[in-house]
Amino acid sequence: MSEQRIAVSPATAYAEGLAEGRLRYQRCEDCGQAVFYPRVVCPHCGSEALAWHDSAGLGTVYSTTTTRSRSGDYNVALIDLDEGFRMMCTVRDEHDEEVRIGERVEAVVPAGTTAESLFFRRTAAS
Amino acid sequence: MSGQLRGFASIVGAAESDIGRVAEGLTSLDLAGKAARRAAEDAGIPLHEVDGVFSATSHYAMSALELSEYLGIRPRYSDSNNLGGASFVSQLLHAISAIRNGLCEVALIAYGSTQLSDGGKLVTASAPNLYETAYRPRYPVTMYALAAARHMHEFGTTREQLAAVAVAAREWARLTPGAFKTDPLTIEDVLASRMVSDPLTVADCCLVTDGGGAIIVTTTERARGLRQPPVPVLGVGEAHWHRSISQMPSLTRTAAVDSGARAFTMAGLRPAEVDVLELYDAFTINVPLFLEDLGFCAKGEGGPFVADGRIAPGGSLPVNTNGGGLSYTHPGMYGIFLLVEATRQLRGAAGARQIEGAEVALVHANGAVLSAQATALLGTAATL
Repeated sequence: MSEQRIAVSPATAYAEGLAEGRLRYQRCEDCGQAVFYPRVVCPHCGSEALAWHDSAGLGTVYSTTTTRSRSGDYNVALIDLDEGFRMMCTVRDEHDEEVRIGERVEAVVPAGTTAESLFFRRTAAS
Repeated sequence: MSGQLRGFASIVGAAESDIGRVAEGLTSLDLAGKAARRAAEDAGIPLHEVDGVFSATSHYAMSALELSEYLGIRPRYSDSNNLGGASFVSQLLHAISAIRNGLCEVALIAYGSTQLSDGGKLVTASAPNLYETAYRPRYPVTMYALAAARHMHEFGTTREQLAAVAVAAREWARLTPGAFKTDPLTIEDVLASRMVSDPLTVADCCLVTDGGGAIIVTTTERARGLRQPPVPVLGVGEAHWHRSISQMPSLTRTAAVDSGARAFTMAGLRPAEVDVLELYDAFTINVPLFLEDLGFCAKGEGGPFVADGRIAPGGSLPVNTNGGGLSYTHPGMYGIFLLVEATRQLRGAAGARQIEGAEVALVHANGAVLSAQATALLGTAATL
């Protein structure tokens, strides 16, 4: 395994997933833990056996802030995805200046999504 | 090993360069150099006797190399370890270890920055996390705001309690010559200040200034014959668990838990034996977080603990006695200034803000986004 050259970089694989409308993350086939951001070595156990999976895109707000700027205020949040990984993203919906910790959110990932265009919105259930 | 390090080396020189807004055209190296020169003079050791150089700055990556050339020092031991604002307390651990092992005898730890003159933008030489920058967090305030929001959510910490940290810092700064901000500040002022990243206002955020600082460290044996009372290094510890805020395991528990325990173990001390604290207050949330993680109060109780003047002048636990990064000075990285202020307190040379009878000081530095943590316990000769 270690002797093999890396064919596709983690960043490329992630970006290609988004472009196809899929929010992808890695899971270690040795220790079973979810891994995000994408990388070539598992930070939990040191394994290189990281396999790509599609996330359902459903998660919970772990923390949130409204960042103020001259060009407009916007949300920055840390989202705990149901698959067991955490990522930074933005929550964008009606009254997103009132996003609260613990609210349920869903990723909006149409085909052609980039890291910059990816966002979450609160689900009807929350 | 720890037992061999406790008290073996002492801080014998401590100084700052010009701070605040410095003369046009001065460079970060000029300020580090000036602080180093003053620290050597304070110690009564000629600069050319320095044989260990420790420095870190965002302005130039090969920090020890640059500073050594600037000062005409040819060190036999160098360290440009960059842990952000925690670099200098971390380097203190490395310095005492090098001195203990005979790899150098006179260590200089120095820093300089012209952040204010450069226009206020935080210079950072570190690689951006592209999985975060896509969402335009304002580095680093957005990250600390996320930590503050989480602390408020989990423990009921209030904005008023955070504001009390800024108010206490200002009260200390009003006793400190050269402090950058000395106009009166109230809780209401902090709450009414411009919001930067909820729940943190501009008054919850550290200053942007120019400035440099330096300390000289040598063996305690040599220190006894020098011009200043020695400030023995009783214990130091460092730790880091993450770099990016999205990788921090819990936003309400920092690696200060480990760095603090390591420092206390080396020193053979407990929190109740600390007389004065200098904590890296890049943002108001830092102070309750570190008081919790260093064992001065229980997890989650930092908010109530800092309210009601406990850490302010006249309070029972003096914290950031020069006004800290919130009101005294904050040129990009503040860590070296924690060591300078603790040294002044332990020498009994802190003027109107002197803590009477201070024998043990705790210095805690923080780097990046609650990432690198480094803790030092410093004493007087009586604590050896």
